Amino acid sequence: MISYELLGITVLWLFLYGYLIVASIDFGAGFFAFYARLTKQDHLINRLISRYLSPVWEITNVFFVFFFVGIVGFFPDTAHYYGSALLVPGSIAIILLAIRGSFYAFENYGSKENTLYLFLYGATGLLIPASLSVALTLSEGGFIVETDGVVALQYYTLFTSPLSWSIVALAIVSVLFISGAFLAFYASRADDQPALKLLRSYALFWSTPTIIAALTTFIFLSQHNARHFDNMMDLWWLFGISVALFMAAMWLLYSGRRYGLAFICVMLQFLCAFFAYGIGHYPYILDPYITIADGATHESMGIALVAAFIGGLCLLIPSLILVFKLFLFDADYVKGKK
Amino acid sequence: MDIDTVLWSRLLTGLTLTFHVIYATIGVGVPLMIAIAEFVGIRKKDPHYILMAKRWTRGFIISVAVGVVTGTAIALQLALVWPNFMQLAGNVIALPLFMEVFAFFFEAIFLGIYLYTWNRFRNPYVHWLLTFPIVIGAGMSAFFITTVNGFMNQPEGFALENGSFAAVDPVAAMLNTATPSKVFHVLSSAYMTGAALLAGIAALVILKKGVSAYHKKALNLMMAVVLVFSALTVLAGDVSAKYLAKHQPEKLAAAEWHFETERGADLLVFGWLNDQLEAVGVLRIPKALSFLGFGDFDAEVRGLEEFPRDEWPPLVSHYLFDLMVSIGFVILGISLLYFLFKFWKKRDAYNKWLMRAVLWSAPLAFLAVELGWFYAEVGRQPWIIRGYMRVEEAATTSPSVVWLFFLFLLLYIVLGTISVIVLRRLFRHNPAEAELEKHLQEQAASRGGDAR
Repeated sequence: MISYELLGITVLWLFLYGYLIVASIDFGAGFFAFYARLTKQDHLINRLISRYLSPVWEITNVFFVFFFVGIVGFFPDTAHYYGSALLVPGSIAIILLAIRGSFYAFENYGSKENTLYLFLYGATGLLIPASLSVALTLSEGGFIVETDGVVALQYYTLFTSPLSWSIVALAIVSVLFISGAFLAFYASRADDQPALKLLRSYALFWSTPTIIAALTTFIFLSQHNARHFDNMMDLWWLFGISVALFMAAMWLLYSGRRYGLAFICVMLQFLCAFFAYGIGHYPYILDPYITIADGATHESMGIALVAAFIGGLCLLIPSLILVFKLFLFDADYVKGKK
Repeated sequence: MDIDTVLWSRLLTGLTLTFHVIYATIGVGVPLMIAIAEFVGIRKKDPHYILMAKRWTRGFIISVAVGVVTGTAIALQLALVWPNFMQLAGNVIALPLFMEVFAFFFEAIFLGIYLYTWNRFRNPYVHWLLTFPIVIGAGMSAFFITTVNGFMNQPEGFALENGSFAAVDPVAAMLNTATPSKVFHVLSSAYMTGAALLAGIAALVILKKGVSAYHKKALNLMMAVVLVFSALTVLAGDVSAKYLAKHQPEKLAAAEWHFETERGADLLVFGWLNDQLEAVGVLRIPKALSFLGFGDFDAEVRGLEEFPRDEWPPLVSHYLFDLMVSIGFVILGISLLYFLFKFWKKRDAYNKWLMRAVLWSAPLAFLAVELGWFYAEVGRQPWIIRGYMRVEEAATTSPSVVWLFFLFLLLYIVLGTISVIVLRRLFRHNPAEAELEKHLQEQAASRGGDAR
């Protein structure tokens, strides 16, 4: 019988992965939409992007709140440490998310063709992953100091650490890569050749920096947290699968066919890497202050949360399938006929 | 220095909630109105009501966007600004917080579907059915988050061992004694406010451009909803007062400047306090406080003297309470007057003065919602978890919270202003009549298409 705290963190990790994928598509799409307007290619892709994003942007946001509320619920100690340390970076992320979400709605449901709104939407799409990835950096330990119960974030150490910068770089370029791969698939569903050509080139372009940033993150992590690195090395086969899936996705994108399969490869590539990273982190949530076993909430609450979770999923999964059927796999809708 | 960060933490949270409550109330109230309008439209085969649902949805989505992002802000600020509160209370209130997100998730999914499937289904009731999960999701998220607030007022469902919570019963904490009256009051006032907002808009157009069939129908429908829910809100207020008298007497006593425990206590309306803490210039209703609290004119009402001075809620809560209650009755009165005029045929229900009153009841309703929350929150001071944790123990120690307050203030000013500009632009040059014409043409065209 698996313990409830392990079940909790696994499920939360899955949700964080879900957020990683849906938010990447969203963040990257914002940047591409803005970039395309700058280079006067927006007529090719904007309609496509907004057709996908308009019904789902709110869902993306919920994934994030879900993970956040879930981790504080399952592991209340995270509130004390992360809450105190992340007050400033977290608040900046909230402000960026607020600007992004509302300006998307203003642009798409309200006044169309406002370049300032589109700029804010596009720029925040790159800044949010950067500010959110700070939390991942902090979890490696060494950036938070607790004296007399007062938690402080060491900004100088954080800003001079090569590890934190390579995590930021990895977050940004993988956002663009995932988004490019998905939108290429969406364009191929819509049978929109000019958009497909443009988005395929975006996906191919951002693949190289993704792999480079992943490598540098690896190297700097080995210097910063040897325990985590060694744990990950024991899971070398998961990373091997991840690289193989990346190669497969690249080949499919390059040869220009089966975009759906290519995107699935990209998703699985990140799934393997993300879980190898997460499993390697075990048993810590925040090195060295919070472990999964000690930081967990009371058993009765843990079980109640798991029960609520299962009940919630029974509602969510059919509804999400319905959304996908209506807006993602309905060829007529994607082509703009509905 | 420490006290300063506590004060700024309170101001920051208060600011976010004050701003969020406006959009959250719209988010809870308006979906029900959309559902009602669409149902009436399908039932009566009247395109006016269908158009109403469409136009309201279009405006609604803009305010939802602001509601979503400020809701995200408050969800995160709970842990960022009050880390020690969440560390302690997270063990007991995680369940409703978690379920609130589920409810919100559910609503978000179906709102997206509802928006983009207006013409997809052959049977119009199928599209109407999509409003169910939206209305239920919005109501459920209000329910769950209100139980969290109920817990902070009435902590139950745990035992205290060495300063931390043990033997936690999440369901008992969620369904605490404060929950029923709070949920009833929050939901009824949100529906009342949503309807008052839409009635106010219809009244505004009637004042500016004269009576038209579309706005007459919108006004009638919404005023009926206002009538029902303002009556329910008054009832909910009464239930809440009875809860307070029994379980949180210091909160009611502070609101009523009731210092000495006595039988047959008077209700004080407005006025002010002099230096000796005596109420001056008040309107005194004999024995009404006993009746309000216990349904008995001679019941004993506990006064503030029974509580230590450093646990007194701020006495300013008197004004918050009185204003909220007055507005509640004013709105009920306006809706009664409207229907009185309608049934008493000699009078014109759409006269300028009544339309102005209806128009004003919209901002007043929002003001009452804000005042009610101020009273609920201020009246709980100095506690964050009543009886267990004081506000100053819970706040962040980071001095950065000062400039974050101003940063968020700026953000809310920008979001508030632009959302109003965008909403105005959506409807200003697109009157309902013109849109109806277009709508009918489109329908005719699509019917022609089917025939072919």
